[in-house]
Amino acid sequence: MKKVLLTSVAMIGLVYAGAASAQIKIGVAGPITGPNATFGAQLKNGVEQAVEDINAAGGINGQKLQISIGDDVSDPKQGVSVANKFAGEGVKFVVGHFNSGVSIPASDVYAESGILQITPASTNPTFTERKLWNTFRTCGRDDQQGGVAGNYLAEKFAGKKVAVVHDKTPYGKGLADETQKAMNAKGLKEVVYEGINPGEKEYSALVSKLKAAAVDVVYFGGLHTEAGLIIRQMRDQGLNAPLMSGDGIVSSEFVSIAGPGAEGTLMTFSPDPRKNPNAKDVVAKFKAKNFDPEAYTLYSYAAVQIIAEAAKAANSVDPKKVAEAMKAGKPFKTVIGDIGFDAKGDITRPDYVMYTWTKGADGKITYTENN
Amino acid sequence: MDVFVQQLINGLTLGSIYGLIAIGYTMVFGIIGMVNFAHGDVFMLSAFVALIVFLVCTAWLGIGSIALALFIVMIVAMLVTALWGWTIERVAYRPLRGSFRLAPLISAIGMSIFLSNFVQVAQGARNKPIPPMVQDVIVLWTGPTGYTVALSYKQIIIMAVTAVLLTIFWYVVQKTSLGRAQRACEQDRKMAALLGIDVDRTISLTFVIGAALAAVAGTMYLLYYGVVSFADGFVPGVKAFTAAVLGGIGSLPGAVLGGLIIGLIETMWSAYFSIEYKDVAAFSILAIVLIFMPSGILGRPEVEKV
Repeated sequence: MKKVLLTSVAMIGLVYAGAASAQIKIGVAGPITGPNATFGAQLKNGVEQAVEDINAAGGINGQKLQISIGDDVSDPKQGVSVANKFAGEGVKFVVGHFNSGVSIPASDVYAESGILQITPASTNPTFTERKLWNTFRTCGRDDQQGGVAGNYLAEKFAGKKVAVVHDKTPYGKGLADETQKAMNAKGLKEVVYEGINPGEKEYSALVSKLKAAAVDVVYFGGLHTEAGLIIRQMRDQGLNAPLMSGDGIVSSEFVSIAGPGAEGTLMTFSPDPRKNPNAKDVVAKFKAKNFDPEAYTLYSYAAVQIIAEAAKAANSVDPKKVAEAMKAGKPFKTVIGDIGFDAKGDITRPDYVMYTWTKGADGKITYTENN
Repeated sequence: MDVFVQQLINGLTLGSIYGLIAIGYTMVFGIIGMVNFAHGDVFMLSAFVALIVFLVCTAWLGIGSIALALFIVMIVAMLVTALWGWTIERVAYRPLRGSFRLAPLISAIGMSIFLSNFVQVAQGARNKPIPPMVQDVIVLWTGPTGYTVALSYKQIIIMAVTAVLLTIFWYVVQKTSLGRAQRACEQDRKMAALLGIDVDRTISLTFVIGAALAAVAGTMYLLYYGVVSFADGFVPGVKAFTAAVLGGIGSLPGAVLGGLIIGLIETMWSAYFSIEYKDVAAFSILAIVLIFMPSGILGRPEVEKV
């Protein structure tokens, strides 16, 4: 009896495996839960919509895409186990992860398992600097972003007191250091340089220190939770200097944490992808589902589009061949415009602009591009 | 000097919160010799209760007075969290009393994971903010360099509430029959039982009091930082446990003293050295203190009962 059961289980497994091989498995990985869940939702929704649209249009080379979701909770260890889970499931392409500190260790697993990885959000340069065959990104890099931020600070806050704070993660510290480098190169030296513990709530000692240094602007390399808490505690202690940060705070949750003090916050981010004329139809689809495709949503959508186009160009769904097609230099049409990759897997037209968080007519604080 | 005073205020506020949580650790350890690892998560849970009650008070009941709302929030949070404390003891620890030493410890770790996961699932994994409130500050003085030393109303509330509650609590332990029973159980449970003290009830009440004080800390935490997430039990819990050990585990004044010391070390280190190393500093000092004073600052050396 037991044997019969086992055989039937094995048979069912075989049937399933047979059914699955007709489809291409695509993984989406990010912080689906945890403090950065708001970003995880952007990645997940972007990929889901893209897969839905591509499947509706007939899939890739006649094969349909199937999604597998991995939750890394922004934790590098969980990221690696998600990567192993994907490898075990036979996933061929991964869109993710969100945090650079997670994407980097996970990419090693993907490289070994023959999985192609496109991150829509991890901006730390190291991600594409290790000569791996499989790493790509649809976002820019921190050395570019930090350069824009540093030059802006050196120009607009020349002779003023600048503090540089980071959250000790590869993303946060990397971005803060690039900004500091660019700023110092233009002759502006920071008065305070500090690293904080992410995941804590207590930053009042940092704020008192900033207050003692009478800073005029605080540059923060990190994510929206800590940025929001620092602003909140700065305003509590009567320090009204603006905060400036990078693409890690681009979430409406930032304002709910920071409170009204978020007004005036400066931020570097790519030109709003929602305003791209190519994205018009897709944005309408998201709006119909009552999801605002802000920040990384469309970058995730574009990542899937690129995989699909490259697979068509390579006439194969073998990740290695797709990677070669992606690096061939030909730009791909996506919702965020035409995107081409260099030999490292970075996009060839990186662009960062300054945004300011301001109060709109409806009383809500949102980010708008500086003119 | 100005900066020093400002950081002193910051440190004392933080230390008050740690102290309130630390009492729960130290009391439970004193009476049943167990580290209640779930206590940090009870604290986090209480902050969520406070958040929910606060939103109900302001958004639904339309209570305009912040002072009244805060008072209601604190009372309800204390009651609900006390009930949780009682239930946890009843469900997870009492059935294991008398079994081998590690069983309740593992049960406590399990309870800690249960609570944080429960809140994560029930309340979502995101940070829950409340709008900033009690924003006023008293400017104590302005230094020669233009640095203003400010004491915020929030900080005053936190320190005052801590001081008042500790006084009441100290009175309960030292002067009432409940406190006497508790101290008796701490010294010798068997003898206390022989003399007619309901040991189980006393232990339950210890958990209730510890949870209620954690709820005060949770409410203060929510008021001070304005944001709470399901993972917030861990760091303050570990720091408060450290405070309890530093002050001498089992000693009530020691827990408060330990809390204040940990709070002050963290802020003072952050003020004058690199913030990156503040936890390294705090725990190094803990290790050094324990080398020279193995039972903590105010702890009594363990006497072998024969």
